[in-house]
Amino acid sequence: MHPKPDQYQELRDALRDLCKHYPDAYFRGIDAEGTYPEAFIDSLTEAGWLAAMIPQEYGGSGLGLTEASVIMEEVNRNGGNAGACHGQMYNMGTLLRHGSEAQKQAYLPRIASGELRLQSMAVTEPTTGTDTTKLRTTAVRKGDRYVINGQKVWISRVQHSDMMILLARTTPLADVQRRSDGMSVFLVDLHEAMGNGLSAQPIRNMVNHETNELFFDDLEIPEDNLIGEEGRGFKYILDGLNAERTLIAAECIGDAWWFLNKVVDYTSERTVFDRPIAQNQGVQFPIARSYVNTEAANLMRFRACELYDRNEHCGAEANMAKLLAADTSWEAANVCLQYHGGFGFAHEYDVERKFRETRLYQVAPVSTNLVLSYVAEHVLGLPRSF
Amino acid sequence: MKILVPVKRVVDYNVKVRVKADGSGVETANVKMSMNPFDEIAVEEAVRLKEKGVAEEVVVVSMGVSQCQETIRTALAMGGDRGILVETDDELEPLAVAKMLKGLAEKESPDMVILGKQAIDDDANQTGQMFAALMGWGQGTFASEVDIQDGSIQVTREIDGGAETVKLKLPAVVTTDLRLNEPRYAKLPNIMKAKKKQLDTLSPADLGVDTTPRLKTVKVAEPPKRQGGIKVADVAELVDKLKNEAKVI
Ligand SMILES: Cc1cc2nc3c(=O)[nH]c(=O)nc-3n(C[C@H](O)[C@H](O)[C@H](O)COP(=O)(O)OP(=O)(O)OC[C@H]3O[C@@H](n4cnc5c(N)ncnc54)[C@H](O)[C@@H]3O)c2cc1C
Ligand SMILES: Cc1cc2nc3c(=O)[nH]c(=O)nc-3n(C[C@H](O)[C@H](O)[C@H](O)COP(=O)(O)OP(=O)(O)OC[C@H]3O[C@@H](n4cnc5c(N)ncnc54)[C@H](O)[C@@H]3O)c2cc1C
Repeated sequence: MHPKPDQYQELRDALRDLCKHYPDAYFRGIDAEGTYPEAFIDSLTEAGWLAAMIPQEYGGSGLGLTEASVIMEEVNRNGGNAGACHGQMYNMGTLLRHGSEAQKQAYLPRIASGELRLQSMAVTEPTTGTDTTKLRTTAVRKGDRYVINGQKVWISRVQHSDMMILLARTTPLADVQRRSDGMSVFLVDLHEAMGNGLSAQPIRNMVNHETNELFFDDLEIPEDNLIGEEGRGFKYILDGLNAERTLIAAECIGDAWWFLNKVVDYTSERTVFDRPIAQNQGVQFPIARSYVNTEAANLMRFRACELYDRNEHCGAEANMAKLLAADTSWEAANVCLQYHGGFGFAHEYDVERKFRETRLYQVAPVSTNLVLSYVAEHVLGLPRSF
Repeated sequence: MKILVPVKRVVDYNVKVRVKADGSGVETANVKMSMNPFDEIAVEEAVRLKEKGVAEEVVVVSMGVSQCQETIRTALAMGGDRGILVETDDELEPLAVAKMLKGLAEKESPDMVILGKQAIDDDANQTGQMFAALMGWGQGTFASEVDIQDGSIQVTREIDGGAETVKLKLPAVVTTDLRLNEPRYAKLPNIMKAKKKQLDTLSPADLGVDTTPRLKTVKVAEPPKRQGGIKVADVAELVDKLKNEAKVI
């Protein structure tokens, strides 16, 4: 069974013990019903896993991105989908790095205990998509409050969060020097906001991902909920994205291990033409190649983690890890499905479910093209395309 | 009261064990190792007694290679208070382990020692019994229920044909069976705390124990491959085959 034991084995073993209580049939049932894996997430929360990166003085375990990434990897390797909870692991980073001490005291201990779920981050908009700096949701100051108007799309886990991080424009694009200026980050109390200027419309989708369209209609939020300085929000969000990308890379690696373990077992047992199908090199080689690519992508993932944990620049490595890991999990998914023959399509083998789930990471949270564009223009210095 | 919990590091129960090419034992290089599942049950029971306020201290001990520290840390993450490793690279037989436990019991003076009824590697089912004999203590083996009373302990034992309840004077030895409890999974903050808990290391010589094996392993072999079955037409044919072909009746 892969991955091979490493120095994080203690964490892996403890997570595997927890995950044993949630077998494939549990996740299959959640997928079929289109519900949220409440019991599983409660167990993870209660055992402190989602508070791994919160400093100990705020009630977390004060671990690095490396350990956090192992946690997310193991969730996916054990057949689950960390997409249901990874927001709780990293969204608090914006608060931790840029929030005031009062905000941190008010929220971080309750996030660490799981009493407050900060699982949502609202950036993407229907009309501007990847072109984030053009986003149209506005926040206008009115006395000691901000008034929010606009629309967001694909905002995940809103129905299972108490708080949400929101990126909105506080200075019109026409009035700023650089297009990345003039946006601000807010903490939205979802219980107060829902029905009082905020409404959410769930989007049914290819994976069982709880995600929504959000409509802001004169939503008022207290000025105390502004994080950091007004106008610098885009930078704060970008700071958090390296952690998000690296964690998602680790989830993809976890998926790849799941697919590889599954296809190695299946093809070694499945006998047609009087021998295991894995005895044919036509079957072996694609599996072996997928394994090679997974090991390679995994190195880049740990490299990105290492730089992040040393507080060094890791933008290029986080992006490259995300791209390589998403590609390798997709390749492994395809190999796994292919060599299950017809059975891969049957729900009870779980391959088609994991196949759908891992496909998301070619597009979200950053699409493959945008990673390539980052590498081309920011690493290689090629001319800017946008 | 103070509880001593011996734990053994064994090949993980999920691993398909392979016999070494030279037939001297099973392959343990690059194989996943874990705490013996029966010992996990023992740790769980001890920690529950502590949580109930019956026990004050749970001391986890292991004997073997230095990596047994990981096994002890796992038990500390479940709620053990401190650990002791008796470090040795030697192959350990149940009698040697029981003697070292005696040495530790004399140092620590526990009121109860609770351990797995057997380890899933050699399935010896001897250590608890040998240790109780060496100490002259009462033993409640194969426990499915443990009830501490004033100065004594009531143990429900799983025996052929049902359950037997025995009452033991403390100090006593209890060995665990599968139904005693379901061990908890470790929580992240407790894993972090366990790293800082006290873990002492001793050698067999410190306890005055000679661990030289008394048995010689002649050969370890895979069980024969299972043959495919056949269908019989009726009971008469079955009986005939059992009698004349298999020669078992
Ligand atoms: C299930 C799910 C959950 C999500 N959760 C969240 C969330 O919680 N919060 C949030 O803010 N967002 C979320 N998203 C949104 C996600 O981040 C976006 O879908 C993603 O960034 C792509 O943006 P878009 O969908 O608008 O695509 P578009 O920007 O319209 O792009 C479409 C395609 O065109 C390509 N493309 C666009 N511009 C260029 C270019 N200049 N050069 C080359 N190719 C280009 C893209 O790579 C992409 O493949 C989620 C999305 C999904 C599907
Ligand atoms: C939705 C669906 C509808 C279907 N409808 C029908 C139907 O109406 N009627 C019907 O009869 N069948 C139907 N099928 C069955 C379909 O034709 C088979 O699934 C397909 O032929 C593959 O056979 P298998 O699933 O047994 O895979 P296997 O034979 O087990 O093969 C598994 C994998 O191993 C590979 N492989 C096997 N042997 C070798 C070798 N020697 N060398 C290299 N690679 C090898 C295969 O290419 C495949 O990728 C359907 C299947 C599905 C999923």
